[in-house]
Amino acid sequence: MNLAQVEKSTWVYVAISFLLFVVPFIATGRSVQFLIIQIFVFGIFAMSYDLLLGYTGIISFGHVMFFGVGAYSTAVLFDRFDPTMLTFALAIIISGVIAGIVSLIVGVLTLRLKSHFYAMLTLALAGLFLVGAEKWRKLTGGSDGFTFGLPDILRDSFALYIVSALSLVLIFFGLRRMTKSPFGKVLVAIRENESRTESLGYQVLHYKVIVSVVSGIVASYSGVLYILSLRFVDTSVFATDLTIDVLLMTIIGGVGTLIGPIIGASLIEFAHHWLSDLSDVHWIFERWIILYGTIFILIVVFFPKGIVGTLVDRFYKWRARRT
Amino acid sequence: MAALLETKDVTIQFGGHTAVDHVTVDIAEKQLTSIIGPNGAGKTTFFNLLSGQLSPTSGEIYFRGQNITKLSPTKRSRLGIGRSFQITNVFPNLTVLENVRLAVQSKRKVRYQMMAHFLHYKEFKEEAYHLLEKVLLIGKADTVAANLAHGEKRKLEIAMLLALDSEVLLLDEPTAGMALEEVPAIIEVIEQIKKQHEQTIVLIEHKMDMIMDLSDDVLVLFHGELIAQGSPQSIIANDIVQSAYLGGMYNEQLS
Repeated sequence: MNLAQVEKSTWVYVAISFLLFVVPFIATGRSVQFLIIQIFVFGIFAMSYDLLLGYTGIISFGHVMFFGVGAYSTAVLFDRFDPTMLTFALAIIISGVIAGIVSLIVGVLTLRLKSHFYAMLTLALAGLFLVGAEKWRKLTGGSDGFTFGLPDILRDSFALYIVSALSLVLIFFGLRRMTKSPFGKVLVAIRENESRTESLGYQVLHYKVIVSVVSGIVASYSGVLYILSLRFVDTSVFATDLTIDVLLMTIIGGVGTLIGPIIGASLIEFAHHWLSDLSDVHWIFERWIILYGTIFILIVVFFPKGIVGTLVDRFYKWRARRT
Repeated sequence: MAALLETKDVTIQFGGHTAVDHVTVDIAEKQLTSIIGPNGAGKTTFFNLLSGQLSPTSGEIYFRGQNITKLSPTKRSRLGIGRSFQITNVFPNLTVLENVRLAVQSKRKVRYQMMAHFLHYKEFKEEAYHLLEKVLLIGKADTVAANLAHGEKRKLEIAMLLALDSEVLLLDEPTAGMALEEVPAIIEVIEQIKKQHEQTIVLIEHKMDMIMDLSDDVLVLFHGELIAQGSPQSIIANDIVQSAYLGGMYNEQLS
């Protein structure tokens, strides 16, 4: 590889990635590390969502089904088998395969539909998974959920931190490469003008199905990590609230970028954490979701492109003025 | 001269209305053929039949001697019949260069490559630049397509059509809705393409004076019928055409 050809922004991201591995030596507290792990998990989940929303222009309200599939397959495997690293590897593979198959079937069946019809159908399908998890008590423990053991290494929050950070970095760079590939460029073309993309000779449906499979697998992997950090699973991993959360993270951070969803995830996780802590000061902080809604409205009105989108715009304007 | 595209007794009816009525034409290879006629003469309908958006009620269409009457628009465009539309249709938030690059990428059949960086395909970018030069848009390569003037968007469309390397270019009113001062630039682009003698161009146009200098062959449609075909000079001299345009009293109109 010719190093001179690598974009400047890549070096910036590489540097930030290294910093991530230094953080756990500074922030040694268990609860802080747990918080950062949550950010990584939701960062991965939100990136997978942005592949659909920001790059291809597909609005899905059922993205949580892949997250839940990842979470449940991991939990059930650790419950049934010995908690070893082999089980962990097996969990990653099996959850990926299930999510891949589910997203392929769902994609082929639903992606022919136009925007809001598709959105409604995905909402219904995610609901189906939620009901399924509630009723299939033998496997899932229903709404009571169940706890399970982990291999000793993963019990340590430092180790889990490293695993999640590594996953985030690898997935980020992997997806970044994909969005800059000829394939990724066609995705953006589909978002911009679907019929024109078709008349250029691209099979739009194939692209949509492929991207939803990739996105589904990545989302299920974030579900795997999530459940490792919780060591407990219940039907809330299929709740529509999670899809809404991840939608907001993506929009607040900036759609159509990969770093945006990560920033959105950190903001929301931190806000959640700190605002809940303030509940002793005033009761409104216990209902932090009210504040969250207000902030969301303000962002959509004043920064419709999200944080990253707005910053990028400013940067281009600044550079244009200088030249 | 060998006919590249032929229609035999092509007719299409919408309910009781016959939009195109037994039209039989030969369109010669590597020539510029214009289709003229007053509003509602069936020009665009005829185009839709050629490109496959519509299929005829009766009659047949041949491309290089192959019957393509039943083929879909996508299949026809892969055979080499590309068309532009009256309404401009580009990717609004992408740069001009990226618009054309996507078309080049499709022609080279790089469809599902996910791993390589898009800059790995340098020649796509070079080809796109080359095409922008052809349509006189080179200075706008990094402009976002939405910020182009209407005439420039039409040029961009022509560049995308050229990128697909179609043998036949069907241009539906390339100057439609364009400011008068933008028209000469488009004509220049079409002239440039014509000069290279690589493609067959079929053009629909309202502005008679514009096509007379350009065309090798002119078809005149009136009420769905082909009333004249010939060189621009013979069309101007043709009485029936004169009365169709000026008087509108073509005698079969009443029948």
